[in-house]
Parts: sequence; structure tokens; C-alpha cells
Amino acid sequence: MNYYDIMFYIFAAITLVSAWFVVTTRNVIYSAFFLLFTFFGVAGIYVLLAADFIAVVQIMVYVGGILILLLFGVMLTNTITNVDIRTGASNLLPASIATGILMGAVVSVMWYTEWKIQPTAAPNTTIKELGRLLLTDYVLVFELLGLLLLVALIGAASIARREKE
Amino acid sequence: MLQVGLTHFLTLSAILFSLGVYGVVTRKNAVMVLMGIELILNSANINFIAFARFGNFGYSGQIAALFVIILAAAEAAIALAIVLNIYKTFANVNVDEIDHLKD
Amino acid sequence: MSESLLINLSVAILFLPLLGFITVVILGKRFPKLYLLEVGIVSIAFILSLVVMFAKLAYFPKDIIAEFTWITMGSAPFAGSFNIDLGIKIDNITVMMLFVVNLISMLVHLFSIEYMHGDKRYTRYFSYLGLFTFSMLGIVLTHNILMMYIFWELVGVSSYLLIGFWYEKKSASDAGKKAFIVNRIGDIGMFLGILILWTNYKTFTFDAIYSQMAAGVMPFGSSAWLTAAGILIFMGAVGKSAQFPLHVWLPDAMEGPTPVSALIHAATMVAAGVYLVTRIFVMLTADAMLVIAVVGAFTSLVAATIALTQNDIKKVLAYSTVSQLGYMVMSLGVGAYAFAFFHLVTHAFFKACMFLGSGSVIHAMHHEQDIRNMGGLKKKMPITYYTFLISTLAISGIPLTSGFLSKDGILAGTLAFGKLTGHWLIPIMAFTVAGMTAFYMFRLVLLTFHGEPRDHHKYDHAHESPKLMVAPLVILAGLSIFIWYTPNPIGADAGWVLSSWIKTPAQVVPYNTRYEFMRPSTEEQKAEVHGEITHSVEYTETMHWAHYKAMFASLAVAGLGILIAMLFYLWKKVDVDKMIEGKIMNTLYRGSLKKWKIDELYDATAVNGTLQTGNGLSWFDQKIVDGAVNGSAWLTRFTSKLSGLFDTYVVDGMVNFTALFSGFVGLSFRKLQTGKVQTYIVFVVFGVIILLLLFKPF
Repeated sequence: MNYYDIMFYIFAAITLVSAWFVVTTRNVIYSAFFLLFTFFGVAGIYVLLAADFIAVVQIMVYVGGILILLLFGVMLTNTITNVDIRTGASNLLPASIATGILMGAVVSVMWYTEWKIQPTAAPNTTIKELGRLLLTDYVLVFELLGLLLLVALIGAASIARREKE
Repeated sequence: MLQVGLTHFLTLSAILFSLGVYGVVTRKNAVMVLMGIELILNSANINFIAFARFGNFGYSGQIAALFVIILAAAEAAIALAIVLNIYKTFANVNVDEIDHLKD
Repeated sequence: MSESLLINLSVAILFLPLLGFITVVILGKRFPKLYLLEVGIVSIAFILSLVVMFAKLAYFPKDIIAEFTWITMGSAPFAGSFNIDLGIKIDNITVMMLFVVNLISMLVHLFSIEYMHGDKRYTRYFSYLGLFTFSMLGIVLTHNILMMYIFWELVGVSSYLLIGFWYEKKSASDAGKKAFIVNRIGDIGMFLGILILWTNYKTFTFDAIYSQMAAGVMPFGSSAWLTAAGILIFMGAVGKSAQFPLHVWLPDAMEGPTPVSALIHAATMVAAGVYLVTRIFVMLTADAMLVIAVVGAFTSLVAATIALTQNDIKKVLAYSTVSQLGYMVMSLGVGAYAFAFFHLVTHAFFKACMFLGSGSVIHAMHHEQDIRNMGGLKKKMPITYYTFLISTLAISGIPLTSGFLSKDGILAGTLAFGKLTGHWLIPIMAFTVAGMTAFYMFRLVLLTFHGEPRDHHKYDHAHESPKLMVAPLVILAGLSIFIWYTPNPIGADAGWVLSSWIKTPAQVVPYNTRYEFMRPSTEEQKAEVHGEITHSVEYTETMHWAHYKAMFASLAVAGLGILIAMLFYLWKKVDVDKMIEGKIMNTLYRGSLKKWKIDELYDATAVNGTLQTGNGLSWFDQKIVDGAVNGSAWLTRFTSKLSGLFDTYVVDGMVNFTALFSGFVGLSFRKLQTGKVQTYIVFVVFGVIILLLLFKPF
């Protein structure tokens, strides 16, 4: 047990516990806040995996963007006067069985597969290399993603603005 | 407990994925379903980065994870727009009541 | 004049009337005056034929033949290789026929200008005449039997068109149809005869056939087939020349306009049959000739007996024509070839004259044709009367006329035939007919032109015909005088016509199938002409023996006939009406008047038989054939009903079962379709699990 392992278990625990609450809590607002912790946990895992830039992006985009977006969604779709913003669940029993078996199956796949591991030394920083890749090997995908974001921007605005005639 | 390695990260990712699926399947609120989807995407990202760290693939895994995050942002924007639209149409966002597919 | 010019002129004569026909028939409606073109064309053709005749007779003693190959067959199935040649043959009888046909055609055209004046199909009438002239000239000029047959049918068509020219009249259209159908019967025989010849000789050309026959090639190796071929081709002549038993159409054909009767049904077309027999004369065996002689003699007698009592002026002339045609045919049958053709020419002139004369009378009497309503026309129509009288004398065989010469020759021929072969019945019939002819022709003249007018109303309006109508009469009557044919009024043999123009061709049939008198009788004759002599020395001697006997006998019977006619109708010494009250005479009279009921016999047998056969076939069709058809229809319906049931219950049942089953399965699985996305995802998860369990990656 070194510090690395301890850090992993801590972050894993944060992630899984908060994720558990995300999918089980009846209150939507609580779920959103637990999702915040999950994202932090995942960002910690990223750091442990030597992906510093991704971890920062995770926090900035997920926590600063997507989560805020989800909160807006919650608030816009639940009338303020209707204080009960709890939400129900369905398919509880079959879903529990199915996901239980799925989790068992997938975890056992992960556990029993003979992974070909070639560990390398952890780099100091990944930003430089990622920037180089994005503008060389992946430049076309990069540009396409920019286009995709533009389309999503316009599409989201268009869909959300559509009035019922 | 063994030395933390690839398998640990993958296991974490698998459990996170199952929790995401559970959320997607069970929650009635469309926003909650979206949160489940985010969990699934995060588990996938963990996989990407874990393989990039332990598989000697360079930084391609991290690039992929980056793209997934970008896609998730776009997806969240579009999905919330759709949710708003559904809300306008049905006055609620409970996916189990929106069963027009049946007809 | 060269030979090729002669040929060109002959071809021009042939095709000019066709040109006229086509022009007039196409443009006639727009330019009604175009009939003058037709008349002009026929006149030109006449002048050309005059030139051709004299050139040929004076400068070309040999026959001229111009031909080309129409069809060359390399290897036809069943026939091998052969050629079909078309062409013309110009010999003495051709040019004489050309002259006769064109002259009468031209005169009839001129006559028709007045006679048909005011008819609503005036131009059409002239175009038909042109078509007829073309077809008739084709028959005359052709050198092969195929073209002969084609033109034979063409004259049949034009005859049909002209008989039925006034087709609004039922009797006229019926007569046209009758003529056409009766002619077909004869033509079938002719066609079969042509087929026999062609099958054996692979050629249609007369001369080619005859040269093969002379070399001893017999059809199917037997002279009996030769006889058959001769008689079958003669059947064509029986139809066209109105010989018994196919003579019934000619009297009915008188429904056509009278000038047409003169041209077609007296002078030219009906003579085509005789012309055909002269063309095939050389291939006739003794048996065939006897058949021809008997048919001719019998026809002649039957027609004469009918003509005795007819009251329609044209009917009398029609039966007279049949009788005279029988004479010609008989003459050919007894071997008097030259006299037959001579009689054809003289008869054409005087009979055309008589018909045109009758046309003149009918025209003057406003289409009155019954001689019982005429009488005394002599004073009103002197030119018509005298020309008619000359023709009547000619047909009766009175000296100084052309008819005397030709008829006397024929009678002498029959007499010689009787003496040489023992068939005395033929001369007896011939002389009887001569007497009857004189009687009925004078009866006609006396009733029409002499005595008191019996219909005063019509008589008062009668008048001599215009110049254009009497001019042809005068010309034709003039041609009935002996001087055109011979300088000796009682003996034709010395004349140019018989001594140099008409030559009896040499027979080509084997000796043993000829009459004895047509075989060479001496060694000198044999050596001289290689056995191709037609008449023996014996025959010539017998003809000399018969000549004066026949002349006196014919004069006697003709005089007797005329005398009886005078007694009956001019001097009225014998009351005819009283005479026919006797039982036997009455029967004979009625029989003759009713034409021996031959038409009724044909109606009862041939026509009715055909109708009954038709009815029978119709019954067969309706009951048996239709029954079979209906039965099969019922069967089909029954089968289709069965298969309909099968369809309804088995096929549809299966289909419906499939549909029901699908519906049932669908209903069961429908519950899975909740429309809830999350339920679907659960299913997807289960699917993934199943996949994982199946592939067992762990």
C-alpha cells in the first residue's frame, strides 16, 4: 500500500459512492450535486493516470459546463411552484437484476482478461504533446469537432426555440 | 489487495458503467437519464486513458477522451434542448409517460 | 417496216386502251369530257392495228414472236428449274383478230357516245370499255397460256362490270353475278388443263409445249391425258363462249347496255372461247375433237330452238349468238379450222351490226325491247332497216354475203366429217340449225320492221338514229358483203382470206390419236412435211365433194326457213296462235319459250343444292361445331369453378391462416412494445448479457 494506491482507492470510493447516490437519490437537485462529486472523483482518477490536461478539461467542461447545463434543465423543467422536484423510478427489479448481472459480467471480463501491459514512465506534462497531435495527426477530426460544436450550438438553439404552433 | 494496476481502473470503469446503465434504465426524469449517460461516458473515458497509460499507445487514448468530452458537451446541449421541447409538448419530462413510440 | 417496229406497234395497241382506262378512271370524275380521250385512243389503236394487219399479211409470212423471261426459278420445290416467259405472238389470225376487235371496239365507242348520252356514269362506262379492249387484245396477242388465262379473267371482270353497269336494277346486278359465276365453272376446267400441261412441260408458251408434243412427249406418258387436257382447256371456252351447258349466262347478260352486248357478248369476248380453241387446235386428239364437235352442235341446236320463240329483240340475238358460237366450236371439232375462224370474223361483223341495229331500234323506241310492240319501223328508220337486213341475210347464209361463205364452209366441213367418220348426226343438226336460223332471224326482221305498227304511241315518236349511231351500222353492214373476202361469191376457197391468210396449222398429236382424215395418206405427203400434215388428200377430195352439196342444201333449208317466216309473219297465211294450240306444238312452244327450263333446272339442282349444302354446313356449324365449342366452354367453366373452390378454401385458407398466425404472434409480442425507451434499454442490456454468455470472453 503506497500513496498511489491509497489515492486510487479514495478517488474510486468518491466516484462510486457519489455515482451510487446519483442514480438512486429521488431528488433531482441532490443527484446533480452528487454528480459533481463523481466528476471530481473521475478527474482525480485521470490525474492518477497521468492525464493532467484531461483532468483539468474534465473539471472545466463537466463541472463548469455540462453540470450547470443539467441544473438549468432541472430548473426549467420543474415548475418552481411545484416544490416536489423528486422523481420516481421505474423497472426497478428487472433493471437491478439486469445491471447486476451486467456488472458481474463486465467486471469479470475486466478481471480475467490477460491484458498486455507495457507500462511507461509517467510524463511530466501532456499538454505539449496533445497540442502537437491535435494540430498534426488529428487536425481533421479536430476541425470536424469544431464544426460539430457549431452545428450542435445552432441545432440546440433551434430545437429549444421551436414554438408550438 | 494487489498493486493498483490496469485491472483496478478497468474494474472501476465497469462498475461506473453499470451504475450509469442502472440510472438510465430506472430514472423517470429525463434529466436524470442524461446524468446516467454522463456516467457511462465517464467510464468510457477512464478506459481510454487507462489503456493509454498502460498500453504504450502514446497519447491517442487521451485525444480520444478529449473528443468524448467534446461530444458529451454537444450531446448535453442537444439533449437538454430536446428535453425542453418535450416539456413544452407534454408538460412533463417523465420518459415513461412519453410512449408515443408504441403507436 | 421492220419486225421490231411491228412488235412495238402491237405492244402499243395492247397498252393504249389500258392507258386510256387508267387515265379516265382516275380523272374521269373531274373532267367529264375525258371520254373523248378514250374514244380517240381506241381510234388510234384501230388505225395501228390496220397498219399492223396489212404489214403482217403482206410482208411477214412467218410468225413473229417477242418474249422475255419473267421469272427464273433455279430450284422450286417439286418442280425443279424452269422459266416463265411472257411475250406476244403475231401471226395471221392474231392480226385479223386485232383488226376485228379494234374496229368493233371503235365503232361501239362511237355508237355509245350517242346511245349512252345522259347516263350518270357516262365517263365510267367508257373507261370500262377501255379496260375490256385492253384485256381482249391481251388474249389475242399473248403467246403463252398463262397470260391468256390472266387476260381471260380480265375480260371476265370487265364483262361483269359492264353487264352490271346499271346495277341499280336487280336483274342487271344478278346477271352480272351469274355471268361471273358461270364463267368460273368453265375456268376451273381451263385452269386444270393448264396445270396438266405445265406439270409435264414446265412451260406455258404454246409453241414450246407443241414442239415437245411433236417430239412425242405425252402428259404423264399417256395420250389419254392429252385428251383430258384438251377437253379441260376447252371447258374455259365452254364458259366464255356460252356453250351448253354453261350457255345460261349469255342471254341474261343482255341486261347490260346494248353497245356492250354488241362488243362483248356478240363479237369479241364470246369469240375468245373459239379463239382459245383455235390456239389449242393442234393439240386436240380425235376424242377431244369429237367432244368439242358434239358440244358445239348441241349448243347450236338448243340455242336455235330457244331463239325461235323469244319475244325480246336482244334475247333473240343472244340465242342466235350462242347458236352461231356453237357453230364455230362444232366447226373446229370437225376439223374445219379455217372456216371456224373465218366464221368468227364474219359473224363478229354482222352480229355486231345486228346488235347495234337493235340498239338503234331500242333507242328510237325509248327502251322498248319487245318485238310484239314494234312493227313497221322500216319507214321510220330506213338505214337501220337495211343494214339490219343485210346482216340478217348474212347470218341466214344467203349468197353474196360473208355469212354465206363462212357458213357454207362449216356445213361442208360437217358434211365431209359425216362422210369420213360416220357421225351423220352432226351435219343433220347443223343443217337443221341453218334452217332455224333463217326462220327466227326473218321472224325478227319481219316483226320489227314490217307490217303495221302495234304500239302507235311509241311508233309515232320513233325516228332514225343520229349519224354517229348509223355510221357504225353502215360500216359493219358493208363488211358483211362477200367482196372483202373473196372475188368469187359462191366459193371462198379462191379468196385471199382462206387461200393465204388463214392456214390450218399442223397437228402435233401422235398419228394414232388423230382422225384418219387428219393423218398423212400418202408416202409423198409423209416425206414432204415430216408427217406434220393435218388433212389427208382424202379429206380435200371429200370437201370438194361436199362443197356444192352443202351449198345447195343450206340454200334450200335457209330458203325454207325464210319462206316459213314469210308465211307466218308477212303474208300471215298461217295463223301462228292457232297452230300452237295443238297439244304437241303447244308443249314444244312453251318449252322453247321457257328456254327448256334449263335455268330452272340449274336453280333446282346447282343453286338450290349449293344453298342446301350451305344450310347443312350451317346446321353442322351451329349444332356440332358450336356445340363442341359450347361444351368446351361449359367444361372450362366447370373446371374454373372447381379451381375457384380450391382457391377459396385451400389457397385462401392457407393465406388467411398465415395472416391469422402472424396476427396472433404479433399480438403476443406486442406487449414487448411498450413505447418506453427504458424498457428497450433493459432488453438491450439483457441482449448484451446473452452475447457475453455466448462468447464467454472471460
